[in-house]
Amino acid sequence: MDTGRGRAATVEFDHVSKVYGPTAAKAGRAAAPGAVNDLSLAIPAGRICVLVGPSGCGKTTSLKMVNRLIEPTSGRILLDGVDAASREVTDLRRGIGYVIQQTGLFPHQTIVENVGTVPRLLGWAAPRIKERSEELLGLVGLDPAKYARRFPSQLSGGERQRVGVARALAADPPIMLMDEPFGAVDPIVRERLQDEFLRLQEELAKTILFVTHDIDEAIKMGDLVAVFEQGGRVAQFGTPTELLAAPASDFVARFVGADRGLKRLSLSRIRDIELRPAVTGRIGEPAGEARRRALADPLPYLLLVDAQERPVGWLRDVEIEGDGVLTEAMAIPMSPLLSPETTLKDALSMMLDADVHTGIVVDRAGRVTGLVTTEVIGGFLREPVQAATAKHQPGERKPAEP
Amino acid sequence: MIDWGWIGDHLGTILGRTVQHLELAAIAVAMGFAISFGLALVVQSRRSAYPLISGLAGVLYTIPSLAVFAALVSITGLSIYTAEIPLIMYTLVILVRNIVAGFDAVPNDVLDAADGMGYGRRERFQRIVLPLSIPLIVAGLRLASVSTIGLVTISATLGDSFGGLGFFIFEGYHRAFPTEILTGAVPSIVLAIAVDVIFVRIERRLTPWAPEQAARLSIPERRVPGLGEAGG
Amino acid sequence: MIDWLLDPAHWSGPDGIPVRLIEQVGISGISLLIAAAVALPIGVWIGHTGRAATLAVNAANIGRAIPSLAAIGIIAPITQAFDPELGFKVYPTLFAMIILAIPPILVNAYAGVAGVDRELVEAARGMGFRERQILGRIEVPIALPVIAGGLRSATVQVIATATLGALFGFGGLGRYLVDGVAQNDDGQLFGGVFLVAALALVAEGGFALLQRALTSPGLRRAGSSSGVEPA
Ligand SMILES: Nc1ncnc2c1ncn2[C@@H]1O[C@H](COP(=O)(O)OP(=O)(O)O)[C@@H](O)[C@H]1O
Ligand SMILES: [Mg+2]
Repeated sequence: MDTGRGRAATVEFDHVSKVYGPTAAKAGRAAAPGAVNDLSLAIPAGRICVLVGPSGCGKTTSLKMVNRLIEPTSGRILLDGVDAASREVTDLRRGIGYVIQQTGLFPHQTIVENVGTVPRLLGWAAPRIKERSEELLGLVGLDPAKYARRFPSQLSGGERQRVGVARALAADPPIMLMDEPFGAVDPIVRERLQDEFLRLQEELAKTILFVTHDIDEAIKMGDLVAVFEQGGRVAQFGTPTELLAAPASDFVARFVGADRGLKRLSLSRIRDIELRPAVTGRIGEPAGEARRRALADPLPYLLLVDAQERPVGWLRDVEIEGDGVLTEAMAIPMSPLLSPETTLKDALSMMLDADVHTGIVVDRAGRVTGLVTTEVIGGFLREPVQAATAKHQPGERKPAEP
Repeated sequence: MIDWGWIGDHLGTILGRTVQHLELAAIAVAMGFAISFGLALVVQSRRSAYPLISGLAGVLYTIPSLAVFAALVSITGLSIYTAEIPLIMYTLVILVRNIVAGFDAVPNDVLDAADGMGYGRRERFQRIVLPLSIPLIVAGLRLASVSTIGLVTISATLGDSFGGLGFFIFEGYHRAFPTEILTGAVPSIVLAIAVDVIFVRIERRLTPWAPEQAARLSIPERRVPGLGEAGG
Repeated sequence: MIDWLLDPAHWSGPDGIPVRLIEQVGISGISLLIAAAVALPIGVWIGHTGRAATLAVNAANIGRAIPSLAAIGIIAPITQAFDPELGFKVYPTLFAMIILAIPPILVNAYAGVAGVDRELVEAARGMGFRERQILGRIEVPIALPVIAGGLRSATVQVIATATLGALFGFGGLGRYLVDGVAQNDDGQLFGGVFLVAALALVAEGGFALLQRALTSPGLRRAGSSSGVEPA
């Protein structure tokens, strides 16, 4: 399936300013309060860069300057190194996907016509447009047989947003601009659209500028996050982890919220941290030897496992009888089971729910691979950012260009 | 081309015709309003009657006025009814649809709030619905008044005792006397525009929150044929 | 009336119903075409650019306030100066029809296009539509029902004015009304009333159907969600 994998471009804001109002623009006073002031930002190809900030801080303005719906008052925007201002404007726009909160779907056209909009502008042949449109509908999870002939008014909010995304992807643009694309749907649908979009992006690897005012969405969606403050100034630009672990200013700290520690936990998974080795004893093993091993470890418990190394329950080390063998009957109920994919936030939450301090990490086959304790998680939060291995580290994903 | 002397000699008649013009129009709009309000109340309690009422009023509105005046002459003779019935008839579609739209325009949450505070049906209508629908009702009165002022001129076909300023247009035409034609035409245009402007003022005062342009541009419903036409 | 309508003598000759009908329909159609040719481009352009909107709407409102009879009356002395015969009988009504048809067409074209959701227009622009394409593929198709509504109003107006023209020596079906009254001939009078009313209703109904046909099913279902309805 030609989903356009790998077609991505860099986007660079180079000292870009925008002052609304003809007088202010003409006067060109340096002190004039612009909507965007001297914005410089370099976004690598194939990444999602989220512009986040309070309402009215210039996110939309910045976004619209990329496809020149708004012309900068000064400065340049480079797409793959080429100044956007030097391109023919409609040509430029046809090469940039654009998704807005209200979807902007054309109410008088069917879904399949809506999706085929840009290919039609580009003069593709009708059969190719149809094929591409249906392929894209499938890609965003809408059955073409069911949806193609409908009109936007016959779709739910979430479905409309999917069509909006499909339409923006139609001509396989290297860059996508998304202005609060999931802002108009309810939280549950939003979450699903976010997840689906992230999965799609894994495959597409487009360069995406994503505007939101919701810090949680920013942290979830962004490989990189630019926190805007009033006047289109970037208060901090970095990975979500950097933002949460080391806010650059009071403004950023307040914007990311007092719970930024917890938010960081949702960014990292069990596989990202160093596990405590588990002291295990197999069912049927001589008890004395197991007891000795358990007592040597600071944790006052021995983890009882079955023949396949799958956890069965805990044994308190001092209570293990010196003779005989380990049996299932001795075990007390287990801590929560965690997988390497579990986020630290979920892990902590499960441990608190079960009123224990230790979680058992198992692999796909259910075999014990180690333990997580609340102290380990606390220690993770105290580590400096550079050491934290989060999924969003910029160096982690290879850039898409060769 | 214009015989100012003639105009000077006839100032009294012109004033008299202007008053007659306004009277004929005022009676028609007042009667039309009373009937329309009643019909709108019927629609309030029986929604299913609306398509019929609105459709019939629309059909009447579509019939060219000269045909209605001419037909009535042979039925009711040259009486005041012959003049007023068509004039009233042409206000109905505008007024009914605007009054109903006014009632409908009251937001549901406002109605719910009123119910929640224990208003009865009647109280709710008098204290909430009616005051809130006044802007749209006034907009309807504006369109109806302007249209009626235009139509009054046509009642001049009924003879000397009707027509307001339209009288001069007819008589002037038959005498091939441009001055007299213009003596009827220009003031009747001024009258129509003046009434329009006055109502715009009233509308704006009633809805200070509306943007300037929306207040002036009144096409309340896409299905209303020819709203704001001067008739003819 | 029925006798009069069925009398074959009334269906032939230069005063016959077919000739009068064609006269009225033809002249009304031509007036509408001319008015539309003037008003549609202006209205659509104003709606698209938003330029001169207040001016145009005010002018159109004044235009809509002008009584048909007054329009005919004002035009008559002017056209008479150019052509003493036709200038006093045909042109006043013809010009009045054209002039009076312009405001409803213009205002609806303006309101229809201006009422198209600006977000939609910007979405189109953002995807690389040229301005003409925005107008032709987005704004006008969405505004079509409102634009057709303007034509519908104008048609009612034009037919009524043409009828009125009979009082001023203009041909058409109105003649039967005028002559019927003058000759005290109720058959002719009511036959005329029937014909005039029928023509107006058929034209109006035709436009109503056209309006429906021009409304995209997507818009019909959407109700006013596309923001087409003027305030
Ligand atoms: N077309 C415009 N004309 C004048 N001012 C504008 C315009 N668009 C936006 N602004 C102003 O520019 C600032 C930034 O707006 P915007 O980029 O839309 O913010 P955000 O998307 O972050 O909410 C705001 O103060 C807004 O009022
Ligand atoms: Mg915004």
